[in-house]
Amino acid sequence: MKTLVIAEHDKGVLKPETNKTITAAVKLGFDVDLLLAGENLSAISEQAASIAGVSNVLIADDASYAHQLAENLADLVLSLADNYSHIVASATTTGKNFMPRVAALLDVAQISEIIDVIDADTFKRPIYAGNAIATVKSLDSKKVITVRASSFDVASEQAPVSVTSVTGKGSVGLSEFVSEEQTESERPELTAAPVVISGGRGMQNGENFALLNGIADKLGAAIGASRAAVDAGFVPNDMQVGQTGKIVAPDLYIAVGISGAIQHLAGMKDSKVIVAINKDPDAPIFQVADYGLVADLFDVLPELESAL
Amino acid sequence: MKVLVPIKRVIDYNVKARVKADKTDVDLANVKMAMNPFCEIAIEEAIRLKEAGMATEVVAVTIGNKSSQEQLRTALALGADKAIHIETEEKLESLHVAKLLSKIVEQESPELVILGKQSIDSDNNQTGQMLAALTGRGQGTFASKVDIQAGTVNVTREVDGGLQTVALKLPAIVTTDLRLNEPRYASLPNIMKAKRKQLDVIAADSLGVDLAPRVQLVEVNEPEKRSGGIIVEDVATLVEKLKTEAKVI
Ligand SMILES: Cc1cc2nc3c(=O)[nH]c(=O)nc-3n(C[C@H](O)[C@H](O)[C@H](O)COP(=O)(O)OP(=O)(O)OC[C@H]3O[C@@H](n4cnc5c(N)ncnc54)[C@H](O)[C@@H]3O)c2cc1C
Ligand SMILES: Nc1ncnc2c1ncn2[C@@H]1O[C@H](COP(=O)(O)O)[C@@H](O)[C@H]1O
Repeated sequence: MKTLVIAEHDKGVLKPETNKTITAAVKLGFDVDLLLAGENLSAISEQAASIAGVSNVLIADDASYAHQLAENLADLVLSLADNYSHIVASATTTGKNFMPRVAALLDVAQISEIIDVIDADTFKRPIYAGNAIATVKSLDSKKVITVRASSFDVASEQAPVSVTSVTGKGSVGLSEFVSEEQTESERPELTAAPVVISGGRGMQNGENFALLNGIADKLGAAIGASRAAVDAGFVPNDMQVGQTGKIVAPDLYIAVGISGAIQHLAGMKDSKVIVAINKDPDAPIFQVADYGLVADLFDVLPELESAL
Repeated sequence: MKVLVPIKRVIDYNVKARVKADKTDVDLANVKMAMNPFCEIAIEEAIRLKEAGMATEVVAVTIGNKSSQEQLRTALALGADKAIHIETEEKLESLHVAKLLSKIVEQESPELVILGKQSIDSDNNQTGQMLAALTGRGQGTFASKVDIQAGTVNVTREVDGGLQTVALKLPAIVTTDLRLNEPRYASLPNIMKAKRKQLDVIAADSLGVDLAPRVQLVEVNEPEKRSGGIIVEDVATLVEKLKTEAKVI
C-alpha cells in the first residue's frame, strides 16, 4: 500500500494546496510519493522534496504536461498507477479536471473533495453545498481521491528526499493548449490567505471594489467575490467564492454587500471568524457571522480602513 | 452535428437540504426538485448551437426514476428534439452514470456531449470527465465559451488562475460553468408541444453495465453549526472585538 499525490504548480512555484493535500495523504497511513509533471521542474522539485511526509519525488519533464491537460496527465498517472493503492490530488480546477479521468480509466469511483480521513477507506465529504456531511467508504481496491485543501493543515518541512525521473507517453493527441488569461495580482492567493475580504452585488460596480483594496493591504488579505459580483462583470471569475467557485477557510472572512446564499456560504462558512457588513439586518449572512455590522458599506468601508 | 445533453433531476437550488433524523441520507420527501442548474446551461448551449446552424439535432438523456421524465419534458420544451430516459430506481454513482452514458454515445454517435460541470446534490464534478475517458475523447471542462471549428472545438475554461483555452478534436466532451450562457425559460406553447415529442425509455439494467455500488454511504450528518454571533454597533467596536476578543487582527 502506497499513495501517489499529484502536485500542482504554477510559474515555478508549488501551489499551497499541494502541501495541504500531502497532510491528508499522510493520514492515509502509507508512504507518499509526489508526482511533478510539467516543464523546467528543477526548482520546484527541491521544494517538493522538502515537504514532510514525502518519501520520493517523481518528475515527468515533458512539454505535453506543461499546461496540465487532463488527457495527457491522466495517461501519465495511469501508467504509474500499478504501484499505488491511493491516488490523491487537490480539488482545484486542475485536480477536478484530470482525476475523474484517471478514476474512469482505472474503473474505480472517485471520492471528491474529502474534508477528513477516517481510515484508509473511509472519508468525510460535504454534499448538497455543504448542508450535509457524508461519511463514505470506498469499496474499490484502488482509491482515487481529491482533497479540499482548506480542511487540512500545512505540512512541515523535512530534509530533502530523493528525486526520480519518470516518463509517460506525452501527448495522447486529443487536446492542445491554445491560450490562457491569468489574473495578475500582488495579493496573496484566495485559498491560502489568512484573511479574505469579499464583495458582493452590493458593491454596485467594479470600481467600487477599490474600497476593499486599502483594507486588504492593511490586513494582508486576498480579495474575493460572490457569484453575483462576478456575473455582473465587477471582477474576474477566479475571485468567486462558493459551492462552485473557490472554497476558503481563512482566520478572518469579511463579507461585504453579500446576502449569504447557500451557495456562497458553502465556500466560506468554515472560516474561523466571519464578519458581515450588510445594510439589510435580515440578510442570511448574519446567521453565520460572528460579528455583524448593519450599515451602508459605502459609509463604513472608509471608516474601517482608517481604523485598522 | 448531433449534440447529446445528459441532464439530472436534483433538489431545487433554492432549497436547503435537511439531513434525516436517522442519519442515513438527506431527506428528499416532499422537497421541490428541478433540473440541475448546470444542466440547464448545457441544454441552452446545445440549443444555441442548433439555432446558429452548427448543430442539427439535440438529444437530452437522463438516468433516474420515473419522476425524472419531468426534467426531460422540460428539456424538450426548451428545444431538445428527442429525449432518452434510462430508467432505474437505484441511486447511481458518477462512474455508473458515465458508463451508461457511454452506451448512449455508442448508439447515438454525437459529435459533442455537453454536461453540467457538477450536480448540486452530490457535488461530485466527475461524470463528464469519466465519460470522456470511457469514450476516449478530449474534455473541455468548466466551459465559459464553446467555439466550434472544422473538426475541432475550442473551449475556454474557468480555472483557478483565470481562463484557459484548449482545442479538442471532435468528437469531444464539454462540461458547463455558470457563465457559459443564461438559460431561457420554456414558453407555454413549447411546453405543450414537448408533450408530443419522442421520449424513449430504456431500462438501465438492459445496457450491460455493472451497477454494483463502489462507494458505501456510511452516514450523513449535519455540518457543525456555527455558534450565534453578535451585531456590533459601529466600526470602532468591530475593530476592537477583532483585536481583543477574536484576536484575528
Ligand atoms: C448552481 C449555482 C451555483 C452557485 N454558485 C455560487 C458560488 O459559488 N458562489 C456564490 O457566491 N454564489 C453562487 N451562486 C449564486 C447564489 O445563489 C447567489 O445568487 C449569489 O451568491 C448572490 O450574490 P450576492 O450576495 O452578492 O448578491 P445579492 O443576493 O443580490 O445580495 C446583495 C447584498 O448586498 C446588500 N447591499 C446592497 N447594497 C448595500 C450597501 N450599500 N451596503 C451594504 N449592503 C448592501 C444587500 O442587502 C444584499 O444582501 C450559485 C447559484 C447557482 C444556481
Ligand atoms: N443521473 C444522471 N443522468 C443524466 N446525467 C447525469 C446524471 N448524473 C450526472 N449527470 C451529468 O453529469 C453532470 C455532472 O454530474 P456529477 O458528476 O454527478 O457532478 C451533470 O450536470 C449532468 O450533466
